[in-house]
Amino acid sequence: MTTLHLTHARIIDPEAGTITQGSVTLAKGVIAAINGPKPKGATEIDCGNHHLAPGIVDIGVKIGEPGERHRESFRSAGLAAAAGGVTTLIARPDTAPAIDTPETLEFVTRRALDASPVRIRHMAALTKGREGREMTEIGFLLDAGAIAFTDAFAVTQDAKVLSRAFTYARSLGALVIGHPQDPGLSKGAAATSGKFASLRGLPAVSPLAERMGLERDLALVEMTGVRYHADQITTAHALPALQRAKESGLDVTAGTSIHHLTLNEIDLGDYRTFFKLTPPLRSEEDRLALVEAVANGTIDCISSMHTPADEESKRLPFEEAAAGAVALETLLPAAMRLYHAGHIDLPTLFRALSLNPARRLGLPQGRMAIGAPADLVLFDPDAPFLMDRFKLQSKSKNTPFDGQRMEGKVLATFVNGTRVHTA
Amino acid sequence: MTFRARHLLGIEHLAPLEITTVLDLADRYVDLNRRTVKQSDVLAGMTQINMFFENSTRTQASFELAGKRLGADVMNMSVAQSSVKKGETLIDTAMTLNAMHPDLLVVRHGASGAVNLLASKVNCAVLNAGDGRHEHPTQALLDALTIRRAKGRIQRLTVAICGDIAHSRVARSNLILLGKMENRIRLIGPPTLMPSGIGEFGVEVHDDMRKGLEGADVVMMLRLQKERMDGGFIPSEREYYHRYGLDADKLSHAKPDAIVMHPGPMNRGVEIDGDLADDINRSVIQDQVEMGVAVRMACMDLLARNLRLERGRKIVGTMV
Repeated sequence: MTTLHLTHARIIDPEAGTITQGSVTLAKGVIAAINGPKPKGATEIDCGNHHLAPGIVDIGVKIGEPGERHRESFRSAGLAAAAGGVTTLIARPDTAPAIDTPETLEFVTRRALDASPVRIRHMAALTKGREGREMTEIGFLLDAGAIAFTDAFAVTQDAKVLSRAFTYARSLGALVIGHPQDPGLSKGAAATSGKFASLRGLPAVSPLAERMGLERDLALVEMTGVRYHADQITTAHALPALQRAKESGLDVTAGTSIHHLTLNEIDLGDYRTFFKLTPPLRSEEDRLALVEAVANGTIDCISSMHTPADEESKRLPFEEAAAGAVALETLLPAAMRLYHAGHIDLPTLFRALSLNPARRLGLPQGRMAIGAPADLVLFDPDAPFLMDRFKLQSKSKNTPFDGQRMEGKVLATFVNGTRVHTA
Repeated sequence: MTFRARHLLGIEHLAPLEITTVLDLADRYVDLNRRTVKQSDVLAGMTQINMFFENSTRTQASFELAGKRLGADVMNMSVAQSSVKKGETLIDTAMTLNAMHPDLLVVRHGASGAVNLLASKVNCAVLNAGDGRHEHPTQALLDALTIRRAKGRIQRLTVAICGDIAHSRVARSNLILLGKMENRIRLIGPPTLMPSGIGEFGVEVHDDMRKGLEGADVVMMLRLQKERMDGGFIPSEREYYHRYGLDADKLSHAKPDAIVMHPGPMNRGVEIDGDLADDINRSVIQDQVEMGVAVRMACMDLLARNLRLERGRKIVGTMV
């Protein structure tokens, strides 16, 4: 493995919250030196005064293996991730069949191994078939390498089932990822209730359904002591509950999706199905509250919630179309909107994109420090481009940013000390 | 003449002057329709396809008659029983039909926004005959024409819209139209049948029907859309009728010359008293049906004019 010496970089350190000019040396898969001399025989890469940050750790990526490889394979997801500066993918278990046995988990782990240029870790289902009736073999799954347990967007209705799964997971120290949402209220919803959804005539869910789901989960966390992460907090109403739980010392963290940070319900105006997401897009007030919550640390992580959907499932009337959007490649440029708007500085952004998710999962990634894994992204936050969905590496092209002007281009991605993507 | 729209997808996209243009032209078609010979040739040579993904009797008949009286070749596709059942998507069905070069496409669909989606894929004029809970523009226009002929104006009236607002596209289109024409609007119904965010619509909301009807010039009743309800919006039909069914007693709170409207089909004894619905002194429900044909003739006439203009420009463009 060649030693790489990256010079003239603006180094983003999310831990220290700083951006400094200097060089980074990558050797043997780790960051060997920062601002050190060029080692003998090292290949020098001039970063041209662009920004160098720890690679993104993306919790909650849907990949279509097994079952839906026409939507996304480990190969295509990995290429998309590399192009987007995502160096660790945390894959969702809402596949067909669900990843709910050690055998399926071993299968996908093997499939992913050589297919992807970036690291892939797998989450396993919390209940069998994600049906909310019986817990999975959490112990075996942990042994097989499951990094966290989640039923993705399927919400378990029966609190008793959940309390047992949480208690069992707690005894093994497993991390549980919940989808805070009241299943009854949110059933069939394609928009957030309010004037806008009413005018468009779309079935809608109250934003309070998220708080109800979160409060229920938090009470179960208090009851069982499990380590808990909420996949997406998307409404202002849910934030005080989250803050209270954190202040009371519960082992709770939360994420949000890049789409809920950069888009709002008005974007549904033309019934464009690429804007149909789970949960649905919220009001502008909610969006601003979320941005603030990421800036002040109430929300820990930003995810792409990458959800590939084929053309057929999106070429339908809005309420009948599939929900979800691809986002591995648009995550970083979309996040730059928050930076350019002056809402969040770059070190804070990479705290939420890289450092916090890695920490929460117990991974060594996400840090700009000597000895940390050499997973880095080099990018230009100001480079403008017009988003063309057909240029995406992802097999599915359902991005809501199609045709939009964006700023922020990934120039190079490094994983384990090797360059895996060059723009 | 002011009517620039290429499609008629909703009242939302119409300017007040465009609404007036439709109503003025429709008035002339009312006269035509009352003659023995009801033939016109403004759509001669044009093809009109009616695609009803939801079952409909009156609206489909009304559009068919309107097209035939204007001289168009009208075809009814009963999509509810055809290729859609075989799994073909809405867009594919639309593109197949588009390849047959229709000039006017009349579409009803159960999903909000489905007609907008379809309109973006075809190059003929599309008329929305109702999409989900979104809009039903020709219904709002025919209601406006009925009100204007009964009241002499379509401004500065107090209009009460009563019943199942949440599930009603008729209510949405009427809300927008009556709002654009500067009327005072009251919505009356149980809170479970009100759409969310209703407080931001700039309308008065009442759950007491008698209070809501006070001083109203127009009382619009809506059908209880049992087929769109997934249960539990009202305790029972008899309680609903007791509190929100229009009868002579409740109507006495409105102005003495208030007119009663209903888009049909009616559930007699659920939202309206049968005798009241038939009272020719108060009810204009039959007029609404008559105005429906005229308004649809006017809409198709105007859209066809724009279509000819557009195609004319294209031909001139290719010659140069």
